[in-house]
Amino acid sequence: MTTNKSLSEAIAKHGTRRESLLPVLQYVISKERWLKEDLLEDVAAAFGMSPSEVYGVATFYSFLDTEPRGRYVIRVCRTISCDMAGKSAIIDALKNELKVGVGETTPDGLFTLLETNCMGWCHQGPAMLVNDDVYTELNPESVVAVVQKYRNMEKQ
Amino acid sequence: MSVSDKNKLLEKMQERVNLIFKDTDCGAILAKGLSMKPDDIINMVTDSGLRGRGGAGFPTGIKWRGAASASGNKKYVICNADEGEPGTFKDRRILDEQSDKVITGMAICAYAVGASEGYIYLRGEYNFLKDKLQSNCDRWNKIFNSKGINFSVNVRSGSGAYVCGEETALIESMEGNRGEPRNKPPFPVGAGYMNEPTVVNNVETLAYVATIIEKGADYFKSIGTKDSMGGKVFSVSGDCSVKGVYELPLGMTIEEFVNIFGDGDTKAVQVGGASGVCVPRKNFATTVIGFEGVPTGGSMMLFNSSRSMYHVLKNFLEFFEEESCGQCTPCRVGCQQLLKGIEAIRAGEKPMSYLDELRKLAATMSVASKCGLGQSVASPFNSITEHFREEICY
Ligand SMILES: Cc1cc2nc3c(=O)[nH]c(=O)nc-3n(C[C@H](O)[C@H](O)[C@H](O)COP(=O)(O)O)c2cc1C
Ligand code: SF4
Ligand code: FES
Repeated sequence: MTTNKSLSEAIAKHGTRRESLLPVLQYVISKERWLKEDLLEDVAAAFGMSPSEVYGVATFYSFLDTEPRGRYVIRVCRTISCDMAGKSAIIDALKNELKVGVGETTPDGLFTLLETNCMGWCHQGPAMLVNDDVYTELNPESVVAVVQKYRNMEKQ
Repeated sequence: MSVSDKNKLLEKMQERVNLIFKDTDCGAILAKGLSMKPDDIINMVTDSGLRGRGGAGFPTGIKWRGAASASGNKKYVICNADEGEPGTFKDRRILDEQSDKVITGMAICAYAVGASEGYIYLRGEYNFLKDKLQSNCDRWNKIFNSKGINFSVNVRSGSGAYVCGEETALIESMEGNRGEPRNKPPFPVGAGYMNEPTVVNNVETLAYVATIIEKGADYFKSIGTKDSMGGKVFSVSGDCSVKGVYELPLGMTIEEFVNIFGDGDTKAVQVGGASGVCVPRKNFATTVIGFEGVPTGGSMMLFNSSRSMYHVLKNFLEFFEEESCGQCTPCRVGCQQLLKGIEAIRAGEKPMSYLDELRKLAATMSVASKCGLGQSVASPFNSITEHFREEICY
């Protein structure tokens, strides 16, 4: 049994057959943004797997984070078309605005800044994801506005 | 040509093909498919010359024949919507605008090979599309149910792993495992998802199936060339005057392509994404886009003369190094060494002749790696280092 609400919901929705492992982990990620160690142990118990095997699966996938993440995970595309369209300036603007480096989370736990590989918007780069939301044709000003939008959402 | 002239020309060219993005009555296509014998469908798809649009170009009819003749308790159809190849985004638009065609193609495939369950494996980066796509699946599942068709289709998600586009890694991932490619054989058509016969086809391939059933094999064959029949949906990005998703006939030369999409200063085109080949300007006129020349999953990235091909290659190698699943040594270590190697040459720590060692390493990777990821690193590496040797070294 687990005391984690997201995990209980995920299991109620998807069950605990092995082929449901990814859907369950994906559901938890959608709610909590990262997979805590004790949660992975609960998953292992529910699926009848060893914790290390669950951990092994989770760490294979770059979106199944096993390290602390903020409420909004920003992933800026670093692949060539976005790179040529000005990805570095986007990263610089985000670093400056959030006062964190790539791979880090803001002290208030709101934002994590990451890079990702081609996300399928190469003709409209630079592109980035904030959780599941897509932003394209970014420039150093518009990307700050995006951050501000999420900050405002938090205040409400 | 001005951009508006180019757009006009493109519209005209697309009008000749215009299969994928044109709305059509998928209910009627499904009914037509179901009125045929399964065997006749497979013959028609074979006869159309349709080859997989996911990159490898395997003849679709032959794949289906394999699944149809395989024995199993249950069979599956999987639509590969992992679309992770750098420079590719056409499947996203097809799924966004024409998922009816894709689902219809899946249902026809299922009927032809005797499958009862279908899945669309959608990359995690396209989560924003998931609910819309699943509701359309639900809508079609009701239709299948009401017509007594023993088939259902659902969406499964990826979680950010390029290698999961490789069909056996995709299957591992769907089974709840690390997305590590399997040895082949056995091929998925014999033993795929849950060890049962499974057809894995690309999004675009399945959408074309619907149009082939609708318009007939001859119509499809009449577009393109002898070796590359039908249309192809291209994803065009980089230094372009026009970019985006375009359905065009196969068989154009790169020169024709660049004349439309280029910015007037194109020095190289990377065809088929990071794992494809780089074509330099001097070969534009003689290189055909299609299975007889440079085959492609549709990714076309254009570079103009302001770009450093060292930078391009380095970006690709960083991609491969990170996305290699690490299961086999030639790829895991090879990707690292190629990247370190060009950095060392660039920094003057290694002589220029070291590049030849690296090219040999890439060639070894193409024979010794377990899956297409490691096998294809040599394509960009050797083409870029052959044509842009000075740019790599200085
Ligand atoms: C590393 C790697 C990534 C791949 N990614 C994709 C992909 O994103 N989409 C796709 O359709 N095929 C991809 N493929 C090819 C698939 O393995 C498979 O050949 C294809 O889905 C078959 O469908 P098709 O015959 O309709 O093209 C990839 C192959 C490799 C080796
Ligand atoms: S070639 Fe690379 S990606 Fe493929 S199985 Fe080997 S290590 Fe994994
Ligand atoms: S290169 Fe950034 S989305 Fe493809």
